[in-house]
Amino acid sequence: MPKHQINPNKWIDLYSDYLFNYTITRVKDRDTAQDLVQETFFAGLKSMKNFKGEASERTWLVSILKRKIIDHYRKINSKKGKAEVRINFSEDGDEDGSWLEKRVADPFDKTAEDNIENTELGLAIHHCLSKLPAKQAEIFKMKTILGYDTEAICNEFDITASNLWVIIHRARTSLASCLEENWL
Amino acid sequence: MNKKRTLFIACEEANHNCDKTQYNEATIWEKIKLTFHLIYCKACREYSNNNAKLTELIKDPKIDCLKPKEKEKIKSCFEKELLEQD
Repeated sequence: MPKHQINPNKWIDLYSDYLFNYTITRVKDRDTAQDLVQETFFAGLKSMKNFKGEASERTWLVSILKRKIIDHYRKINSKKGKAEVRINFSEDGDEDGSWLEKRVADPFDKTAEDNIENTELGLAIHHCLSKLPAKQAEIFKMKTILGYDTEAICNEFDITASNLWVIIHRARTSLASCLEENWL
Repeated sequence: MNKKRTLFIACEEANHNCDKTQYNEATIWEKIKLTFHLIYCKACREYSNNNAKLTELIKDPKIDCLKPKEKEKIKSCFEKELLEQD
Protein backbone atom coordinates (compact mmCIF):
# COMPACT_ATOMS: atom_id res chain seq x y z
CA MET A 1 0.00 0.00 0.00
CA PRO A 2 1.38 3.49 -0.85
CA LYS A 3 2.65 5.58 2.07
CA HIS A 4 0.72 8.69 1.02
CA GLN A 5 -2.81 9.09 -0.27
CA ILE A 6 -3.98 11.75 -2.70
CA ASN A 7 -6.98 13.96 -1.98
CA PRO A 8 -7.40 16.96 -4.33
CA ASN A 9 -10.40 18.30 -2.39
CA LYS A 10 -8.05 19.63 0.29
CA TRP A 11 -5.22 20.85 -1.93
CA ILE A 12 -6.18 24.56 -1.94
CA ASP A 13 -6.58 24.79 1.84
CA LEU A 14 -3.47 22.78 2.61
CA TYR A 15 -0.94 23.77 -0.02
CA SER A 16 -1.91 26.97 -1.86
CA ASP A 17 -0.07 29.32 0.53
CA TYR A 18 3.02 27.14 0.63
CA LEU A 19 3.15 26.86 -3.16
CA PHE A 20 2.43 30.58 -3.58
CA ASN A 21 5.30 31.52 -1.25
CA TYR A 22 7.57 29.09 -3.09
CA THR A 23 6.63 30.71 -6.41
CA ILE A 24 6.67 34.39 -5.42
CA THR A 25 10.28 34.12 -4.23
CA ARG A 26 11.17 32.89 -7.71
CA VAL A 27 9.02 34.95 -10.08
CA LYS A 28 8.58 38.21 -8.07
CA ASP A 29 5.18 38.92 -9.59
CA ARG A 30 1.95 38.27 -7.70
CA ASP A 31 -0.29 37.62 -10.69
CA THR A 32 2.20 35.31 -12.38
CA ALA A 33 2.70 33.42 -9.12
CA GLN A 34 -1.06 32.92 -8.75
CA ASP A 35 -1.34 31.69 -12.34
CA LEU A 36 1.50 29.23 -11.86
CA VAL A 37 -0.01 27.87 -8.63
CA GLN A 38 -3.36 27.43 -10.35
CA GLU A 39 -1.75 25.69 -13.34
CA THR A 40 0.08 23.39 -10.93
CA PHE A 41 -3.18 22.30 -9.29
CA PHE A 42 -4.76 21.69 -12.71
CA ALA A 43 -1.74 19.71 -13.90
CA GLY A 44 -1.76 17.73 -10.64
CA LEU A 45 -5.40 16.88 -11.16
CA LYS A 46 -4.76 15.67 -14.70
CA SER A 47 -1.82 13.50 -13.72
CA MET A 48 -3.25 12.14 -10.47
CA LYS A 49 -2.92 8.59 -11.76
CA ASN A 50 0.87 9.06 -11.87
CA PHE A 51 1.01 9.71 -8.12
CA LYS A 52 2.70 6.65 -6.64
CA GLY A 53 2.37 7.66 -3.01
CA GLU A 54 6.11 7.43 -2.33
CA ALA A 55 6.45 11.16 -1.66
CA SER A 56 3.96 13.39 0.14
CA GLU A 57 1.29 15.22 -1.85
CA ARG A 58 3.07 18.51 -1.19
CA THR A 59 6.44 17.26 -2.48
CA TRP A 60 4.71 15.89 -5.56
CA LEU A 61 2.93 19.21 -6.22
CA VAL A 62 6.18 21.15 -5.70
CA SER A 63 7.87 18.98 -8.33
CA ILE A 64 5.10 19.90 -10.80
CA LEU A 65 5.38 23.58 -9.82
CA LYS A 66 9.15 23.55 -10.41
CA ARG A 67 8.57 22.47 -13.99
CA LYS A 68 5.91 25.17 -14.41
CA ILE A 69 8.35 27.83 -13.19
CA ILE A 70 11.07 26.60 -15.58
CA ASP A 71 8.56 26.68 -18.46
CA HIS A 72 7.54 30.20 -17.47
CA TYR A 73 11.15 31.44 -17.66
CA ARG A 74 11.74 29.66 -20.96
CA LYS A 75 8.69 31.38 -22.38
CA ILE A 76 9.54 34.91 -21.21
CA ASN A 77 13.21 34.58 -22.08
CA SER A 78 12.47 33.63 -25.65
CA LYS A 79 10.24 36.75 -25.99
CA LYS A 80 12.67 39.01 -24.11
CA GLY A 81 15.69 37.88 -26.16
CA LYS A 82 14.06 39.03 -29.38
CA ALA A 83 13.15 42.47 -28.09
CA GLU A 84 16.17 43.26 -25.94
CA VAL A 85 18.07 46.48 -26.69
CA ARG A 86 21.07 47.27 -24.50
CA ILE A 87 21.37 51.01 -23.92
CA ASN A 88 23.52 50.96 -20.85
CA PHE A 89 26.90 50.74 -22.56
CA SER A 90 29.56 53.34 -21.83
CA GLU A 91 31.09 55.05 -24.86
CA ASP A 92 34.53 55.23 -23.21
CA GLY A 93 35.78 51.99 -24.64
CA ASP A 94 35.22 48.30 -24.72
CA GLU A 95 37.42 47.28 -21.80
CA ASP A 96 36.20 45.28 -18.85
CA GLY A 97 33.69 47.37 -16.87
CA SER A 98 32.37 49.34 -19.82
CA TRP A 99 28.81 48.35 -19.01
CA LEU A 100 27.38 51.05 -16.74
CA GLU A 101 25.85 48.52 -14.35
CA LYS A 102 29.35 47.20 -13.57
CA ARG A 103 30.57 50.62 -12.46
CA VAL A 104 28.32 51.06 -9.44
CA ALA A 105 28.04 48.99 -6.32
CA ASP A 106 24.62 47.59 -5.61
CA PRO A 107 24.00 47.96 -1.86
CA PHE A 108 20.84 45.87 -2.08
CA ASP A 109 22.55 42.96 -3.76
CA LYS A 110 22.18 39.89 -1.58
CA THR A 111 24.49 36.94 -1.76
CA ALA A 112 23.21 33.63 -3.04
CA GLU A 113 23.52 32.24 0.51
CA ASP A 114 21.25 35.00 1.89
CA ASN A 115 18.63 34.32 -0.75
CA ILE A 116 18.70 30.56 -0.20
CA GLU A 117 18.48 31.04 3.56
CA ASN A 118 15.53 33.43 3.23
CA THR A 119 13.70 31.09 0.88
CA GLU A 120 14.27 28.12 3.17
CA LEU A 121 13.16 30.10 6.21
CA GLY A 122 10.02 31.23 4.39
CA LEU A 123 9.20 27.62 3.57
CA ALA A 124 9.95 26.52 7.16
CA ILE A 125 7.50 29.17 8.43
CA HIS A 126 4.83 27.94 6.01
CA HIS A 127 5.53 24.36 7.07
CA CYS A 128 4.96 25.36 10.72
CA LEU A 129 1.87 27.36 9.79
CA SER A 130 0.40 24.27 8.12
CA LYS A 131 0.54 22.49 11.48
CA LEU A 132 -1.69 25.08 13.19
CA PRO A 133 -5.48 24.70 13.28
CA ALA A 134 -6.91 26.14 10.02
CA LYS A 135 -8.70 29.14 11.55
CA GLN A 136 -5.75 30.04 13.76
CA ALA A 137 -3.36 29.89 10.79
CA GLU A 138 -5.65 31.97 8.60
CA ILE A 139 -6.04 34.69 11.24
CA PHE A 140 -2.31 34.76 11.92
CA LYS A 141 -1.51 35.08 8.21
CA MET A 142 -4.00 37.90 7.74
CA LYS A 143 -2.71 39.82 10.75
CA THR A 144 1.02 39.17 10.47
CA ILE A 145 1.83 38.51 6.84
CA LEU A 146 -0.87 40.41 4.98
CA GLY A 147 -1.06 43.20 7.59
CA TYR A 148 -4.88 43.42 7.84
CA ASP A 149 -6.43 45.64 10.53
CA THR A 150 -7.65 43.99 13.71
CA GLU A 151 -11.15 45.29 13.00
CA ALA A 152 -11.23 43.89 9.44
CA ILE A 153 -10.22 40.42 10.66
CA CYS A 154 -12.76 40.54 13.50
CA ASN A 155 -15.51 41.37 11.01
CA GLU A 156 -14.41 38.68 8.58
CA PHE A 157 -14.38 35.94 11.23
CA ASP A 158 -17.11 37.40 13.44
CA ILE A 159 -14.94 37.41 16.57
CA THR A 160 -14.12 40.03 19.21
CA ALA A 161 -10.77 41.79 19.45
CA SER A 162 -9.87 39.91 22.63
CA ASN A 163 -10.66 36.60 20.89
CA LEU A 164 -8.36 37.65 18.10
CA TRP A 165 -5.49 38.39 20.48
CA VAL A 166 -5.94 35.03 22.21
CA ILE A 167 -5.77 33.29 18.81
CA ILE A 168 -2.69 35.33 17.81
CA HIS A 169 -1.02 34.47 21.13
CA ARG A 170 -1.64 30.73 20.66
CA ALA A 171 -0.42 30.87 17.06
CA ARG A 172 2.74 32.76 17.99
CA THR A 173 3.56 30.36 20.83
CA SER A 174 3.10 27.28 18.63
CA LEU A 175 5.04 28.83 15.76
CA ALA A 176 7.94 29.86 17.97
CA SER A 177 8.36 26.34 19.34
CA CYS A 178 7.92 24.76 15.89
CA LEU A 179 10.56 27.06 14.38
CA GLU A 180 12.87 26.40 17.29
CA GLU A 181 12.68 22.69 16.46
CA ASN A 182 12.90 23.02 12.69
CA TRP A 183 14.98 26.08 12.03
CA LEU A 184 16.98 27.68 14.87
CA MET B 1 -16.79 49.96 35.83
CA ASN B 2 -13.35 51.61 35.70
CA LYS B 3 -10.40 49.31 35.54
CA LYS B 4 -8.03 49.76 38.41
CA ARG B 5 -4.88 51.52 37.16
CA THR B 6 -2.06 49.48 38.54
CA LEU B 7 1.50 49.07 37.38
CA PHE B 8 1.58 45.44 38.48
CA ILE B 9 0.01 43.07 35.97
CA ALA B 10 -0.40 39.32 35.68
CA CYS B 11 1.69 37.30 33.21
CA GLU B 12 -1.38 36.75 31.04
CA GLU B 13 -1.85 40.49 30.56
CA ALA B 14 1.89 40.97 30.04
CA ASN B 15 1.85 38.39 27.22
CA HIS B 16 -1.19 40.04 25.71
CA ASN B 17 0.58 43.45 25.76
CA CYS B 18 3.71 41.85 24.36
CA ASP B 19 1.74 40.43 21.39
CA LYS B 20 0.13 43.80 20.73
CA THR B 21 3.55 45.47 20.84
CA GLN B 22 4.71 43.21 17.99
CA TYR B 23 2.02 44.75 15.79
CA ASN B 24 2.55 48.32 17.10
CA GLU B 25 -0.92 48.24 18.61
CA ALA B 26 -0.07 48.58 22.30
CA THR B 27 -0.75 51.90 24.02
CA ILE B 28 2.01 53.73 25.89
CA TRP B 29 0.46 52.69 29.22
CA GLU B 30 0.43 49.03 28.09
CA LYS B 31 4.07 49.29 27.06
CA ILE B 32 5.03 50.82 30.42
CA LYS B 33 3.22 48.06 32.32
CA LEU B 34 4.90 45.43 30.15
CA THR B 35 8.37 46.91 30.63
CA PHE B 36 7.83 47.05 34.37
CA HIS B 37 6.59 43.43 34.43
CA LEU B 38 9.60 42.25 32.45
CA ILE B 39 11.95 43.64 35.10
CA TYR B 40 10.86 41.05 37.64
CA CYS B 41 9.38 38.18 35.55
CA LYS B 42 11.92 35.87 33.95
CA ALA B 43 9.36 33.66 32.14
CA CYS B 44 7.74 36.65 30.44
CA ARG B 45 11.16 38.04 29.55
CA GLU B 46 11.87 34.79 27.74
CA TYR B 47 8.48 34.87 26.01
CA SER B 48 9.07 38.49 25.02
CA ASN B 49 12.49 37.67 23.53
CA ASN B 50 11.09 34.73 21.55
CA ASN B 51 8.19 36.85 20.38
CA ALA B 52 10.51 39.56 19.10
CA LYS B 53 12.67 36.92 17.39
CA LEU B 54 9.60 35.48 15.67
CA THR B 55 8.59 38.93 14.38
CA GLU B 56 12.10 39.45 13.06
CA LEU B 57 12.11 36.05 11.33
CA ILE B 58 8.79 36.67 9.66
CA LYS B 59 9.73 40.15 8.47
CA ASP B 60 13.19 39.22 7.27
CA PRO B 61 12.47 36.75 4.47
CA LYS B 62 9.39 38.76 3.51
CA ILE B 63 7.23 35.67 3.49
CA ASP B 64 4.05 35.96 1.52
CA CYS B 65 0.74 34.18 1.22
CA LEU B 66 -2.47 34.44 -0.77
CA LYS B 67 -5.08 37.02 0.20
CA PRO B 68 -8.46 35.45 1.07
CA LYS B 69 -10.00 36.71 -2.20
CA GLU B 70 -7.11 35.39 -4.29
CA LYS B 71 -7.40 32.02 -2.60
CA GLU B 72 -11.15 31.99 -3.15
CA LYS B 73 -10.64 32.69 -6.86
CA ILE B 74 -8.20 29.79 -7.25
CA LYS B 75 -10.51 27.58 -5.21
CA SER B 76 -13.60 28.25 -7.31
CA CYS B 77 -11.71 27.64 -10.60
CA PHE B 78 -10.26 24.44 -9.18
CA GLU B 79 -13.61 23.21 -7.91
CA LYS B 80 -15.08 23.66 -11.40
CA GLU B 81 -12.21 21.64 -12.82
CA LEU B 82 -12.74 18.98 -10.13
CA LEU B 83 -16.44 18.67 -11.03
CA GLU B 84 -15.57 18.29 -14.71
CA GLN B 85 -13.05 15.62 -13.80
CA ASP B 86 -15.78 13.67 -11.98
